[in-house]
Amino acid sequence: MWRCLLLLCFATSAAAGKPDPQRQRELRSLLKNDCGACHGLTRKGGLGPPLLPEALAGKSDAELLRTIQEGRPGTAMPPWKPFVDADETLWLIEELLRKQPVSMEHGG
Amino acid sequence: MIEINKSIDKSVPLLLLLLYLLGNVCLAELRGSGDLGVVIERERGSVLIIETSKRSILARVEKLGDLSHASVVFSRDQRYAYVFGRDGGLSKIDLLQDKLVRRVVQAGNSIGGAISQDGRFIAVANYQPGGVKIFTSDTLELVADIPAVYGDDKRSRVVGLVDAPGRQFVYSLFDAGEIWLLDMRDPSRIEIQKFSDIGRQPYDALLTPDGRYYLAGLFGESGLALLDLWHPEEGVKRILPEYGKDDEKLPVYKMPHMEGWSVTGNLAFVPAVGLHQVLVIDMLQWRLVKSIPVAGQPVFVMARPDGRQIWVNFAFPDNQQVQVIDVEDLSVSRTLQPGKGVLHMEFTPRGEEVWISVRDDNQILVYDTRSFQEMARLPAVSPSGIFFTSRAAKTGL
Repeated sequence: MWRCLLLLCFATSAAAGKPDPQRQRELRSLLKNDCGACHGLTRKGGLGPPLLPEALAGKSDAELLRTIQEGRPGTAMPPWKPFVDADETLWLIEELLRKQPVSMEHGG
Repeated sequence: MIEINKSIDKSVPLLLLLLYLLGNVCLAELRGSGDLGVVIERERGSVLIIETSKRSILARVEKLGDLSHASVVFSRDQRYAYVFGRDGGLSKIDLLQDKLVRRVVQAGNSIGGAISQDGRFIAVANYQPGGVKIFTSDTLELVADIPAVYGDDKRSRVVGLVDAPGRQFVYSLFDAGEIWLLDMRDPSRIEIQKFSDIGRQPYDALLTPDGRYYLAGLFGESGLALLDLWHPEEGVKRILPEYGKDDEKLPVYKMPHMEGWSVTGNLAFVPAVGLHQVLVIDMLQWRLVKSIPVAGQPVFVMARPDGRQIWVNFAFPDNQQVQVIDVEDLSVSRTLQPGKGVLHMEFTPRGEEVWISVRDDNQILVYDTRSFQEMARLPAVSPSGIFFTSRAAKTGL
């Protein structure tokens, strides 16, 4: 219950806590390279599951936020809390749901 | 006299043509391929063909698909490179003509591959659909499709695929916790030996340079799985089962790799999962000799070809540095800062220099391994894996 409330607080504060452009670049790089290490550069999956919008459809922001922040015990998914705060995580989730990976846009 | 002159007149153009043709043959650069190599440009979907004698980039070959986590093996004549892409692409590149010879997309998601002892077959390890596919090395024709089936008709992702003596391939099933030994003695009748309960979530493996021991690292529990290929009938043994049990494991931000020449003398050097340590294992007793504290979670732990040094790179967030372990006193003797996002290292055939890819700086750095001096910097777009043709003659790489 508390956790849900907390998540709600995070969720509602997301609009206010949008990362600045410099931080957005860092987060995109993190998403591409470090999330990509397991989930693939194009997010089609690897040791970790795919992170494409259709694969994430049906999962709530709260669920995704918790998974990214806390990791998933018993799997290879580590907690990213030491490197991204809740606001930044919500921004990342938006990125994930909104569009296809950046990496392929400037490929070739 | 006139007759003779006429005949000379006639032969002059012919002679010139002959000279021209000869000249062309001589002008076309004849070269060997023993000092060539390939650098993966993961985001660009291209590779650079490089040479290590003068440290230069020779060509770029493009349109190779998604090359995140790409790896490469070489034909035994060291002319062709086979590139395994994440998107299931298998590409054959002619290193002497700088071109893509053939490309097949053989699965939805793959992790790497190997070339058979005799150079005739290429095996690819696939995540999706989980299994191994075997191709002829000359034309990339499918020879065998071996699904990694376990339990209730489930498919496992395949990792740690290596070639082994006797035209065999060995690999691990991440989801099933199994090791499979594939005997290709008769390619039309491939024999598979399966070893189950080898430990939870094998994530990668190494084959000792003599081709005898297959060692799989486990992600899901402590210890490693060991298969003696001289005595497969003895089954898979577990080693170091107690190691790291009581230590607080750190979150793992990048899976370590085991493939590489991390064996020197009787010692094997392997990354500890979730710890800032390199494990040193005595291969006569299969016991832990030492755990060496290092600057982060190791990703690649690679022995210089002469076995005198071990070079280590690290997972996020410590991936800006490289450490060198002195094999004689088993401790870190040097820390280098090549730049942000050090992804891979490759030694020149006899190890006097090492090439290091630095992803975020878009550079390859070349170091002298004796003086640790930087020898060269070469531009590359988000470089990841570096592979030299000297791998062609090595088992298990």
